[in-house]
Amino acid sequence: MKYVIIGNGAAAISAAEEIRKNDTEGTIELFSHEKYHTYSRPLISYYLCGETDEKRMLYRSADFYEKMRITPHLGKTVTKIDRERKRIVADKTTYDYDKLLIASGSVPFIPPIAGIEGRKNVYTFLNMEDAKRLKKNISEKDHVVVVGGGLIGFKAAEGLSAVAASVTVVELSERVLTTILDNQAGEIMARRLESHGVRTVLRDSVSSLERDSVTLKSGKTLPCSALVVAVGVRPNAALARECGLDVGRGIICDSSQKTNDSDIYAAGDVCESVDITDGERRVLALLPNAVRQGKVAGSCMSGGKMEFAGGYPMNAIDFFGTYITTAGVINPPAGKGYKVKALSDGDKYRKIVIKDDTLCGFILINDPEQSGVMTSIMADKTKLSSLKKSVKESADMFSFDEKTRFIKLHGRCEI
Amino acid sequence: MKRVYANEKLCINCRVCEVYCRAAHSKSADVVRAYKEEPESCSRIHVEGDNNASIAVSCRHCENPACVEACITGAMQKDPKTGLVINDPARCVGCMTCALACPYGCIKIGHIAQKCDLCGLSGEPECVRHCPNNALIYAQGGSEK
Repeated sequence: MKYVIIGNGAAAISAAEEIRKNDTEGTIELFSHEKYHTYSRPLISYYLCGETDEKRMLYRSADFYEKMRITPHLGKTVTKIDRERKRIVADKTTYDYDKLLIASGSVPFIPPIAGIEGRKNVYTFLNMEDAKRLKKNISEKDHVVVVGGGLIGFKAAEGLSAVAASVTVVELSERVLTTILDNQAGEIMARRLESHGVRTVLRDSVSSLERDSVTLKSGKTLPCSALVVAVGVRPNAALARECGLDVGRGIICDSSQKTNDSDIYAAGDVCESVDITDGERRVLALLPNAVRQGKVAGSCMSGGKMEFAGGYPMNAIDFFGTYITTAGVINPPAGKGYKVKALSDGDKYRKIVIKDDTLCGFILINDPEQSGVMTSIMADKTKLSSLKKSVKESADMFSFDEKTRFIKLHGRCEI
Repeated sequence: MKRVYANEKLCINCRVCEVYCRAAHSKSADVVRAYKEEPESCSRIHVEGDNNASIAVSCRHCENPACVEACITGAMQKDPKTGLVINDPARCVGCMTCALACPYGCIKIGHIAQKCDLCGLSGEPECVRHCPNNALIYAQGGSEK
């Protein structure tokens, strides 16, 4: 069997590991446009802060490809998928496949900003190369403007705040970290960030870049010697689209991560999937989701039977020592039957979203340790009325009745 | 593999397991000194419940660990030979995605993620050894050998 994998991130690597469990004979060829050994993408912000280095960023050991008998083609961009002949083209060479996995991740979305074409001081923040360029070029003289106040934008801002003269984040929506916080938690975080020198401008966007400043849509100007564009990412699905695979926002797969071509699978940020917390299809560009989908794809490509039951948003992140853990639906739409309860206590904040006696989502600020119990109650769709404690206050093993608790902690074992 | 199993019928909420776990993972490995030391160590087992009913909870070393799947760095791994789920302190950055994924709430927050390492598989873990009421045992799971 000839396996070809496009991508070298969490989904690709997890798939390769799963393939090897089932098929020790087949060949695995792995392609990445990046020249690097597999590394953890989310760590680029920690790299920028100096909290990790290139060596420690390796997602798997240095001898991983060798041990797994994978032929890596690093720095080689796949330019075409030929479904009829079952082969791909990379660097003008063709490679045949029996089973193909597309795990090509995301590409940054660049909003229209006048004057950014060809400018050397404009950055994106998605991969190692971006992080290295920023680390090398930004100095204490720089006034940095970050476009986009989401996870990537603020992580870049946090990293750069230690170095640059000033860092200002410009965000279109009404709060910081829109996708993972509500307005109240957003205010807590905005204050926290401000106290560490990261300024935030809300409800505004950058319309043009001048020589040493930017002009915002509101007409305001900000000094700017470096512009970081971090408004978000979208699936890197161009190859899939060109070869006629079903693509919505991302590549559309069944529960075995198979596309509409029975020999082509897809996993990770390039896909769209069902969000089990509200039943909607969306792109869940998150590492844990990529790992799970990669495992399922790898298993099913090599004769296994794993299934992807749908994913959910989950984010754990810290900014200057403030921990945010969130999952599921955080800002529910009005009129859809969601109930919301929020409690704030000093620097802690706890918000839960409930519908039909199940937990659909939560935000916990500075209370991460038991957050996984909340995640499991959400993902398992546990009836909240069956719990012995209210999730509004806390969740632990005593949230469950004695029998359930015993099964959870002992599995099939008997004392 | 052998794991730590707790019997809530015998647990008396004394939290001695926490004390010895913390000591075992401290610099001095001494029960008294461990509480005054820098860097501060933390217990990787914790007792939940109250004086009516309580149980010690620590890493289940799952077959398919959610923490390993969720780990953004690759620091959290399950050893294929021993089954031990272990965090590489050199690579962990303390993002706590593992804590958000663990269904048992068994990842502790230090500068980085801290969790039960079964005291390095060097025999009976400290929590079990010092449990005054034999509420903790170190044993092979029922249906696995």
